Parts: sequence; structure tokens; C-alpha cells
Amino acid sequence: MNDDTKRIAAGFAAGLLFGLGLVVSGMSDPAKVMNFLDLFGTWDPSLAFVMGGAVAVTFVGYRLVLARSRPLFDATFHVPTTRDIDPTLLAGAAIFGIGWGLAGFCPGPAFTALPLLAPGTLIFVPAMLIGMAGARRTPKIGATL
Amino acid sequence: MTEFTPLASLLGGVLIGLAAVLFMAANGRIAGISGIASRLWPPLDDKDTPMRAAFVVGLIAAPLVVMAAGGAVVQSVGTNVVLMAAAGLLVGFGSVYGAGCTSGHGVCGLARLSKRSLAATATFMGTAFLTVLIARHVL
Repeated sequence: MNDDTKRIAAGFAAGLLFGLGLVVSGMSDPAKVMNFLDLFGTWDPSLAFVMGGAVAVTFVGYRLVLARSRPLFDATFHVPTTRDIDPTLLAGAAIFGIGWGLAGFCPGPAFTALPLLAPGTLIFVPAMLIGMAGARRTPKIGATL
Repeated sequence: MTEFTPLASLLGGVLIGLAAVLFMAANGRIAGISGIASRLWPPLDDKDTPMRAAFVVGLIAAPLVVMAAGGAVVQSVGTNVVLMAAAGLLVGFGSVYGAGCTSGHGVCGLARLSKRSLAATATFMGTAFLTVLIARHVL
């Protein structure tokens, strides 16, 4: 296998493992997400454990991995270099959170929900993809805070 | 009501973390779903487009693998067509405009101790809490 093929295999493996994590954790269920977000109602704190476990493992793993000179199947690591907390970042995050709160889907769980073919998912995912395409064509907000 | 599942949720979180570490170790990329999915739209990065598509295929395959292994995938999805369409547009637009979602900012960014990702995560958690508060307890 050349590196291009290995990158594809690693991409599939990472996506599958990520999706298994979403299903096992319960994060693939919008009802569970909505209950996590419902602090003053039927609060289900489970998702704090998902985030805690994921961040802890990634924190340690990244330190080990990024100490190496390069990834296994690419010439360099592609780590974000932008550091500004700018209006585009905050506006996008605020808009994303509203949609997340309305449906209980963020992008990963929306994809893992696809093969279950719930009507709501089949509306949500195409709309999400259209929103993504729109964002790529929308200029960033000018000034830095 | 949904059942409080600390152990399953912690285990799932560990799997998500391992996936993020694998993706960085092998392909040198942040496992941010909005970034991966949005770059399947043109303009395409030729070298990494196939592996990004493979990542999304892996995500979609996951529940099928769980079911093939005899596991149940419990799910309750909204049925209001207008609400789901609006939410999809907001999630897609906002996560890409804000350069990341729950995975890219909330997991990978926080693990990198990025202040930018902390600001984004606090912002989307805040508006999500507020949205549910208003939708369930005010309206």
C-alpha cells in the first residue's frame, strides 16, 4: 500500500472508531443531547462524561503524537495556527449552538444517524451540508476584537 | 427522560479520544467533523479529499457495525420538518463559519489548550443551553 491508500484506510478507521464512540456514549441520540442541555428540566449529565473522557484521552495522546517529527502517512502535521478570538469565530459558534439546541444534532452524530433513516435525520443532514457550503462562501467578519 | 449513563458515556468518550489521536498520528489532521465534511464541497484539496470521504463513511458505518454485532442503537429524532431543516442549516453554517464544532473545538481544541477553541466551545454551549431553556421552558 502506498501512503495515499494508507491515509484512506486510516481515515476510515478513525471515522468508524469515532462513530462507535458516539453510539456507545449515547451522544448519537438527540434526546440525550437535548436532556444534557436542559439544565433546568430533565437534566441528564451523561454527555459531560463523553466530553471529559474524549478530552482527557486526546490531551495525553496528542502530547505523545505531536512529539514525533511527522505523522505516519503524511509529510507534516496540519495543526491550526490561527489564535485570534475573532467575531467570525464567535458568531459561527453562537449560530451553531442554536441549531444544536433546536435539534440535538451536531455534525458527527447527524452522520452516524443517517443509516437509521429517521425522517428528521434525512431532512437535517442535507440542510446541514447546504449550510456548510454556504459558510465556505461567506466572507469572514472584518475586524479583530 | 433519558437514563444517566456515566460508564457507557465515559467509554464512548474514550473511543472518541482514541479516534482523534489515531487521526492525528496517522494523517496529521484534527478530527473535526465540520471541517472534514465541509471540505468535501469544492474547492477540493485533492490529496486529502479521499481520506476525508473515508472518515465520513466510517462515521456512517458505525451504527451498522453496532447492530451487526447485536447491539441496539437507541435514537429519538425530531419530526418537525421546518425545525429540522432550520436546525440543519444553522448547525452546518455556524460550525463551518466558526471553524469547528463539538469535535474540532470541543474535543481536539480543548485538548490542545487552544483559547480560541475554549471561546468557541463556551459560546456554542451557552447558546445551546439558552435555546433549550427557551424552547422547553419559556415558549
